[in-house]
Amino acid sequence: MLKKSNLQKAMMRASINRAFHALSRSLDGPLMIAFAVLAAISLIVVFSASGALTFDRALGQARNFGVALIVMWIIANIPPQTLMRFAIPVYLVGLGLLISVALFGEVRNGARRWLSLGFATVQPSEMMKIGMPLLLAWYFHRKEEGLNIKDYAIAAVILIVPTLLVMRQPDLGTAILIFSAGFFVIFFAGLSWKLLITGGVIGLASLPFLWNFMHDYQRDRILTLLDPSNDPLGAGYHIIQSTIAIGSGGVLGKGWQHGSQAQLDFIPERSTDFILAVFGEEFGLVGVLLLFALYLIIIGRGLMIAINAPTTFSRLLAGAVTLSFFTYAFVNIGMVTGILPVVGVPLPLMSYGGTAILSMCISFGMLMSISTHKQLVST
Amino acid sequence: MAGEAADVPASARSVGPLRECIEMLGTTIKNREAELNMFRTRALVAGLAILLAFAVLVGRMVYLQILKRDYYHTLAEANRISVVPVVPNRGLILDRNNEVLAANTSAYTLEVTPSRIKNLDAVLDDLSNVIEIQPRDRRRFKRLLEESKNFESLPIRTRLTEEEVARFAVNRFRFPGFDVRARLFRNYPQGEIASHAIGYIGRINVADVKRIEANGLTANYKGTEHMGKQGVESSYESELHGSTGSEQVEIDAGGRAIRSLAKSAPTAGNNLRLTLDIKLQKIAEQAFDGRRGSLVAIEPSTGEILALVSKPGFDPNLFVDGIDPQNWDLLNTSLDKPLLNRALRGAYPPGSTIKPFLALGALESGKRTPQQSISDPGYFQLPGVAHRWNDDKVGGHGSVDMYKSIVASCDTYYYQLASETDIDKTAEFMRSLGFGTKTGIDIDGELEGVLPSRQWKENRFAKSASDVRKWYLGDSISTGIGQGYNAFTPMQLAHATATIANDGVPTRPHLVRSITDVSTGKIKSTAAAINASPPASLAIKPENIAVIKAAMAGVPKEGTSARAFINTGYVSAGKTGTAQVFGLKRGEKYNEARVIERLRDHAWYIAYAPADKPTIALAVMVENGGKGAQAAAPIARAVMDFYLLGKLPDVKKIKPAESDDESID
Repeated sequence: MLKKSNLQKAMMRASINRAFHALSRSLDGPLMIAFAVLAAISLIVVFSASGALTFDRALGQARNFGVALIVMWIIANIPPQTLMRFAIPVYLVGLGLLISVALFGEVRNGARRWLSLGFATVQPSEMMKIGMPLLLAWYFHRKEEGLNIKDYAIAAVILIVPTLLVMRQPDLGTAILIFSAGFFVIFFAGLSWKLLITGGVIGLASLPFLWNFMHDYQRDRILTLLDPSNDPLGAGYHIIQSTIAIGSGGVLGKGWQHGSQAQLDFIPERSTDFILAVFGEEFGLVGVLLLFALYLIIIGRGLMIAINAPTTFSRLLAGAVTLSFFTYAFVNIGMVTGILPVVGVPLPLMSYGGTAILSMCISFGMLMSISTHKQLVST
Repeated sequence: MAGEAADVPASARSVGPLRECIEMLGTTIKNREAELNMFRTRALVAGLAILLAFAVLVGRMVYLQILKRDYYHTLAEANRISVVPVVPNRGLILDRNNEVLAANTSAYTLEVTPSRIKNLDAVLDDLSNVIEIQPRDRRRFKRLLEESKNFESLPIRTRLTEEEVARFAVNRFRFPGFDVRARLFRNYPQGEIASHAIGYIGRINVADVKRIEANGLTANYKGTEHMGKQGVESSYESELHGSTGSEQVEIDAGGRAIRSLAKSAPTAGNNLRLTLDIKLQKIAEQAFDGRRGSLVAIEPSTGEILALVSKPGFDPNLFVDGIDPQNWDLLNTSLDKPLLNRALRGAYPPGSTIKPFLALGALESGKRTPQQSISDPGYFQLPGVAHRWNDDKVGGHGSVDMYKSIVASCDTYYYQLASETDIDKTAEFMRSLGFGTKTGIDIDGELEGVLPSRQWKENRFAKSASDVRKWYLGDSISTGIGQGYNAFTPMQLAHATATIANDGVPTRPHLVRSITDVSTGKIKSTAAAINASPPASLAIKPENIAVIKAAMAGVPKEGTSARAFINTGYVSAGKTGTAQVFGLKRGEKYNEARVIERLRDHAWYIAYAPADKPTIALAVMVENGGKGAQAAAPIARAVMDFYLLGKLPDVKKIKPAESDDESID
């Protein structure tokens, strides 16, 4: 009897283990740990940033993470070869929607970014953040023979058209993110250093011309970055208040729910784009360094996965997705600390908002898919 | 395959020819290898670039959170904490019987911060659909706007009803920049009564701010919007204001106070108890019956001012929230000059009321004895000069001694006295009685009047030829009957009369009797402060004072004011006066009916009672009132009757003196 029940227990434990293994087989350990810690921090900070009076926002954010986790698991279970098949459809649908937005899009806050589908409004530029690296990785994967100028020219067209469409909405932040995601693929595919450097120089030289094409509010943001006191109640207000919040946090921070800048509503967009100001104020330099460490773990792990990836497609996709993650983090942190202009980019896996977390988790899912499916491909 | 790939390059590196061989075998392997190497290099470069980028971010964080932490901490605290001044309650003003003269009432005001409104007129139009805003309110607001900085909160409507407050609350979202606030208002329940003595408060203007700064009171006036502008309200500002407290409040980004962190309570201003008897004041003001003029009544033994009248008056309540331009113009341009405090700032020729004082001077200097008589033919002539100075009474008073000169108001007696007395000697004695100097009353704005002397004329006509500057004997003679250059304030006359009544001992006239510290309930008398600087004591011989007092007692008994003082229940003493008006002042509007009225004489009466032990001394002046006995004496009678007997005289029993009776004055 005793033996039997022990055996049953052991069998049960084994089957639970097997089930857990089956579920987690497709997930990547280091990424999951970093993801879980970030999600926990995000919930804590979102609660504080929403005035610490109601759980509505924190619960909403928990739901965002829950949904995103499921999507991430599903994508992680799709082998990279299958992901590759999505490349063309996702890109083309995204492009089509972007064109539709330009033609019949809804205008909100002076920007034409949303498309009404009757039952819901979508922001097709979000889709392009995924579609762009997918398509370019697929494109370069096909060209396994040496690459020539013509290939790069075609890649450039694939890259530039959606970027310009998003820029015209106007949404400079998203345009930069879409462009960089695609650019990272081309970079990893082997764009020659000579071309890179000349391109960089031409880019810098063309800045004054770019200035002419900018919208007034975009110019304002850049001018404000150079001198926030220029416009203390307008665009400069964001930067002034967020730097005050972070600076006043000091090394150890003012404590959870004790940031005066955050709790008294001096930080605009405090649970979304400027959540780092709340975090920096309440948790100080120690908290910020922990956050940076988590980001570096994710980026390092992403690059490892890319290096170990078996196919060109998965290598390029993993590399681009990882660098995109870095770009998100860098642009947001730079903006909140006042070294980059204010562009609407959320802090990855921290800012409140379902769409941003979802698209981030799709990237994570793809990274995990690449990481866990390499044996299958290599044999 | 992975094993093969690792082997091949190793052997290729060690054996040169073999490597070429393998290269030829398959370009696929070589390409894959090169591509992988290239990718690894690029990943490494990207990784290093990312580390560099994070180093920049860490540097920025260290800069903000360590190096500049104190700076940003200060900024955050400045954001968070706002120190709000807590304005003290202003002290009350009471009369000598604790009747309230100035109090504070709480009321709702609708205020607006002009800098937050783009098109003020349009918003006000819109607002007037919710809350009644009259053109008067708008005009007053415009005036306020010009005087204030536009980020201040200014009242557009005051004293809102509960219903109006509720209606605004519902529509509030439509009017950003507007706010309903509960405020304390100064309230003057007596209205026009004693307005010149009490004065009023008004909104602090640019000139006030400068004065406050000069006195180092800026901190104490933070949050204070009103201060005393006139009268007791102004002169006792430092007692009435109290000291401002402060409250540290935590505010949010919208500037709304979230909670109080620390508070230091304000100290309310001190209450003032005045010497005024507001009932007596009312009787006195009514006695003027719409005529212009002034009355000052003093308790001779103490200098306490019992009544201080200047007619017409004004309603001080109009000034509290900022007077509207229409009312301001009305008060300011009126020919009747309601804002002029005639008691302190109106200088008039004293007429015959000067005679008892000149007589006293003659006794003191030895120029006259009481018994010394003159013969009055009805005029006075200087030897060798054809000009005659006429007496009021045609044919003259006959033989006139000092008693009769006062009782019958004989001009010739004083023409002659003036012709024999050096003007500078006269001026010196008169000055000792307070003429031509400030009496030292405890409110501001008192004028010195004109006490003529050689030096005065020299200064007055400094720019003219020497023959104009010179003092002539003729100048002396007209001053002998209180005409000529003489000009005194009713305050000066009342003060000098009180000095006679007090047997030649002058007292400092004052309006504030005691000051009560509201927080401790302690009363500090002002007597000490007043006695600290008493007017210079006069060495007047008691027997000389007695002569004058006896003569003044004869005036209402058998002299010029006998008709006005018939059947009094007490013995009083007095002197009538009728001062000629020489003409209109320059700049006055021509108005025939007015001109004739304004060319009439000023009527005077000075008095005290009871004659043996005076408790009240006063001076009455009715501007263009005509004869002193007819216009001024009855007012004095009414005031003294009320003060001494508690009732008004029976008017039917007092026959008015006939206007053609030349001997009256």
